[in-house]
Formats: sequence, structure tokens, C-alpha cells
Amino acid sequence: MSSSVLWYTTRGAGAVTLILLSCVVVLGILSTLRVQSASWPRFLTTGLHRNLALMTLVFLALHIVTAVVDPFTNLGWAAALIPFSSSYRAFWLGLGVISFELLAAIVVTSLVRGVLGHRAWRAIHWLTYAAWPVGVLHGLGTGTDTWSAWMLAITAACVAGVGMAIFFRLSSGSADPLAAARTMFRSAVDRREAR
Amino acid sequence: MSKQFALSVDRIKCDGRGLCAELLPELIRLDDWGYPILAPGPVPEHLIPLAQRAVEDCPVLAIALRRTQLKK
Repeated sequence: MSSSVLWYTTRGAGAVTLILLSCVVVLGILSTLRVQSASWPRFLTTGLHRNLALMTLVFLALHIVTAVVDPFTNLGWAAALIPFSSSYRAFWLGLGVISFELLAAIVVTSLVRGVLGHRAWRAIHWLTYAAWPVGVLHGLGTGTDTWSAWMLAITAACVAGVGMAIFFRLSSGSADPLAAARTMFRSAVDRREAR
Repeated sequence: MSKQFALSVDRIKCDGRGLCAELLPELIRLDDWGYPILAPGPVPEHLIPLAQRAVEDCPVLAIALRRTQLKK
């Protein structure tokens, strides 16, 4: 395969990964906000969240594999798996590696959520708030198309979308009407179990 | 002795998110506060895939589908 095809694929898959990942983050937040309507049941939010997350991983894999096998970049597999080990733009590629590995951990733990238990799964799921911004920084720092108008528009839309979702999450408080009572009850149970 | 499946809700884990009632309205309805009320008895065979989906999609892993032995 010609090197330029691989290179275009790397760039395209990177952009698609950013869009999909941002949608997944927004859907995840919408599900904690218990967003629903007559035409948008709640299982749709979680179903889309899960399936788009799996699709994100496919494009992310494409992004990484095409970058590594591209003879022009000469990255090698170590650079794709060990953060900051790349000879080429070590810092910015390292951010991408960290983001990828966090996302891999988040997806794998989600697939075995039933075995892991809800608390451990949720603790790891919070890492999304690290993985997403680190991924965005990776794109801003080393993206070939970053400063072209269309890619700037995509990045801005993704940051705005996720930013708005986070703002709503922080400002709306708990969507659970019994949150306070539940927290009190659970801490009482924990104290009892600790004894 | 035939094998049967039954649903159960962990009332402590349940947050009343209500996905289960959307996915399995045949057996689960919600009370006024949004918490599930399960139809008594075993899950009919044709509803088992939907019951599994309801179990997997519960955001807080509060529902279980367990095999039960039918007595008698």
C-alpha cells in the first residue's frame, strides 16, 4: 500500500475518533442526567453510548495501526504502546498513547462490568475525564490538519459539546431524587461493614 | 425438575433509573418513584433474551437473572 494512503487514513481515522469519542462522552453524561423523552427512551442513550464507544475503538485502532505501519513515519510498535518513547514528537504522541491506553482500560472494564462490580467499574470509568482531554491535546499538538479550518471547526464543536455536557452535569446536581438519603444510608452500611 | 429463570432486584443498589422497565415492560413496571416492580414468578422462555438485556443494561447492576429450581 502506498505510504500516502496510510497517512491519509491515519489523519482521517484520528478525526473520526475525536468526533465519535466526544459523542460517547456526551451520551455518557446524558445518561447520568437521566435525559429522556417520549421519542428518546433511556435505554437508547446507554445503548448508543456503548455501541459508539466500541466503534470509537475500531477507528482508534485504525488510526494507530496505519500510523505505525506507515514506512514514512517509522514509528515502531513500541512507540504506539509506551508513552513518550517515540523518536518523533515524543511528547504529543505520548499523550495519544496515554489517551488510548486509558480508553482501552475503560472499555475492557466495561465489558466485564458484571464481574468487576459497580464501584470498581465506575471508579475506572471516571478516567474518561482524563482520557478525553489528553486525546484532544494530542490532536491539537501533533495533528497534521489541526489548523485547517475544517479540522478547527470539528475540534471546536467537540470541545463545545463536551464542555456543555459537563457544565449541565455540574450545574444540575443529582438527577436522583433520593440522592441524599441514599448517600446517608450507604455510608451507614459501609461503617457497619468496616466494623 | 425443570430449570427456570427468575429476576430479582437488589433494592440497595437500585437507583430507580428505569431502563429495565423500558426494556422489559412485560415483567417490570415502575412505581411512583421510578423503582421497579417485578411480576411474580419465573421469566417465560421467550422473554429471557429481553431479561438478559435488562440485566446487562442496568446502569448500577441492580438486577439479576438467576436460575431457580422448580419445586415439586
